[in-house]
Amino acid sequence: MAISTPAGHSDPAGSRPITVIEPPKRWVPLDLRELWDQRELVYFLAWRDIKVRYKQTVLGASWAILQPVFAMVVFSLFFGRLGGLPSDGLPYPLWSFAGLVPWTFFSQGLTQAANSLVMSQNLLRKVYFPRLAIPVATVLSAAVDFVLAFAVLAAMIFFYQIELTGRVLWVIPLAVLAFVTALGAGLWFAALSVRYRDVRFVVPFLVQFWLFATPIAYPSSLLPERWRALYALNPMAGVVEGFRWALLGANTRPGSMVIVSTLAAAVILFGGAYYFRSVERTFADVV
Amino acid sequence: MQGEAAISARGLGKQYRLGDAPTADSLREALTELFSRSTVARTAAAFQRSRNGDDDARTIWSLRDVSFDVDHGATLAIIGRNGAGKSTLLKILSRITQPTTGRVQIAGRVGSLLEVGSGFHPDLTGRENIYLNGAILGMRRREIDAKFDEIVAFAEVERFLDTQVKHYSSGMYMRLAFSVAAHLEPDILLVDEVLAVGDLDFQRKCIGKMGSVAGEGRTVLFVSHNLVAVRALCRSAIVLDSGRVVKQGETADCIAYYVSSGFAEDASTWTRPATAPDGPVAVARVDSRVTGHQPSLTLELDIIVESRARHRPALLAFDIHDAAGATIMQAMPALDGFIPDDAPRHRVRASIALPPLIPSQYFVSVWVGTQFAERGDVAERAIRFEVHDSPAAGRTQPHTTDHGYIVPPSVATCEVA
Repeated sequence: MAISTPAGHSDPAGSRPITVIEPPKRWVPLDLRELWDQRELVYFLAWRDIKVRYKQTVLGASWAILQPVFAMVVFSLFFGRLGGLPSDGLPYPLWSFAGLVPWTFFSQGLTQAANSLVMSQNLLRKVYFPRLAIPVATVLSAAVDFVLAFAVLAAMIFFYQIELTGRVLWVIPLAVLAFVTALGAGLWFAALSVRYRDVRFVVPFLVQFWLFATPIAYPSSLLPERWRALYALNPMAGVVEGFRWALLGANTRPGSMVIVSTLAAAVILFGGAYYFRSVERTFADVV
Repeated sequence: MQGEAAISARGLGKQYRLGDAPTADSLREALTELFSRSTVARTAAAFQRSRNGDDDARTIWSLRDVSFDVDHGATLAIIGRNGAGKSTLLKILSRITQPTTGRVQIAGRVGSLLEVGSGFHPDLTGRENIYLNGAILGMRRREIDAKFDEIVAFAEVERFLDTQVKHYSSGMYMRLAFSVAAHLEPDILLVDEVLAVGDLDFQRKCIGKMGSVAGEGRTVLFVSHNLVAVRALCRSAIVLDSGRVVKQGETADCIAYYVSSGFAEDASTWTRPATAPDGPVAVARVDSRVTGHQPSLTLELDIIVESRARHRPALLAFDIHDAAGATIMQAMPALDGFIPDDAPRHRVRASIALPPLIPSQYFVSVWVGTQFAERGDVAERAIRFEVHDSPAAGRTQPHTTDHGYIVPPSVATCEVA
């Protein structure tokens, strides 16, 4: 976006901010400051998404819990019981649920963020605001669902009498890592879907494929040790293994995986954000 | 800061690509293009395009070399026919789209109102929508808190605050949407003709509200087809034609220029200009003819309405204006929406029984829209027709507009009192 505010957002000389509008330039800065200035808008958009999502459903916000719980039941039956997949020596339902909670957050966040711009095309054509606010708010609204599902996970941990350690605190940066991954991939697909409507059909496929590339149903220990660093290029692999290590005490030693995952997620996020910014000027002309 | 201009635009231009040019709409097209042409060929083509100044037949300049200054506190109208570039200019100024050429410097916080009720969500309550819409328009939460009661009072929806807006009548919906926008207090306000949805009193109430709250220093840019509103609200004006500024100055001069120019040709047919379309429903083409004899002339209209996106059933209204732009009357063949969105195009045939009109030139604007806040479309002064004969049979004395346009049938008797 070639809109810059040379003197910052508030003009030091007077009370009037100066805005310069020019033709698009090749290199577009992220301008996170503008997004920060509009954080209340991000909040309201996220709040709208949550309200609207559950307003007309009979079960309301319990859907946030039901989705990963159902997946856990299915996984436990087919992969745990029938398939007999190992689960790091932990009860399979608990073990898979610890992976499904961050996974559901990621997949919902990614899917909704990818659709978010096309869903808001009316707004994009009528009002100016930092475009990044839309996908960011969407992923934040998915984070609320994550918190609800996490409460169920906490109850299960209590039920299975797992002893918690100080590692629990690692859940916070790991959740941030899942957020960063969902947002990063979401930005890519949101921007692409404005131009190529086919992307809408690609995303569900991608999410399904991604699920199998993540150690949700099976432990990553099934993979040979030397492949694990490569495997961790999928940031969700690091998140899921990290969750099990931090919450359940699984002996997954996810340290190196999480480092690789963090780097990969950072690349996805920054790449996505710059790509988004470089094409957002065309949104109003294309949608 | 340069001088005291609130807005200073220099050489603004906006080029749109038409049709299926390089904006591939599906991934397959993009991939096909990628593999069907060699990289060398593509590079050569791109080079050729850039040498030709990108001026190939598939592009159109919706705005070209537009320069103007607006002082702080000024009220400026932008007038011009459909496709003249008014909306594009407003979109550039409000940063929704970027110019292809030129530069604008804006001093002050900008509030733009290109649509009433942007971001209103039907499933949310009135209260919730006030906060959401306010935030989208750029208000801080604290500002909304502070003005909340005023907004509600202005909209007269106190009793329905906690009702979902989808249950609102269209009048309530519009009032609430207006009200939030009216309480936006930017230094510079950009208003598209959306405000023309309400009657003039209501427009005046809204703009007056926006202009007066903090009083001095507020700058208003007003785009409208409604010349009466423009005259009432704006001191100066710019006339745009085919993307260029053709006249700039006092409102009265600009209106006179606008009205006198460009309508000389016979206009029994109107086709929508090839500019970037807007809104879910639009007028694509109008054909007209006048049939019958005075004093019972009939204006027959044949209209192609385009549905570009989902919309609620649309209806039509026809404003009939005099040559100076004042509206004499409006015909509305149906009060409820009757044009569905189940096909991309519908043909509507309308016939208007004209009252006894004096010989003069008349202009017809065709409006299509829904009873909701969806953006409609106006084919402004699309049709011109001329009445040649007097409606009063045998009258030889000429008619003048000083006594109005309509000669109602009348009888009189005389007896000794």
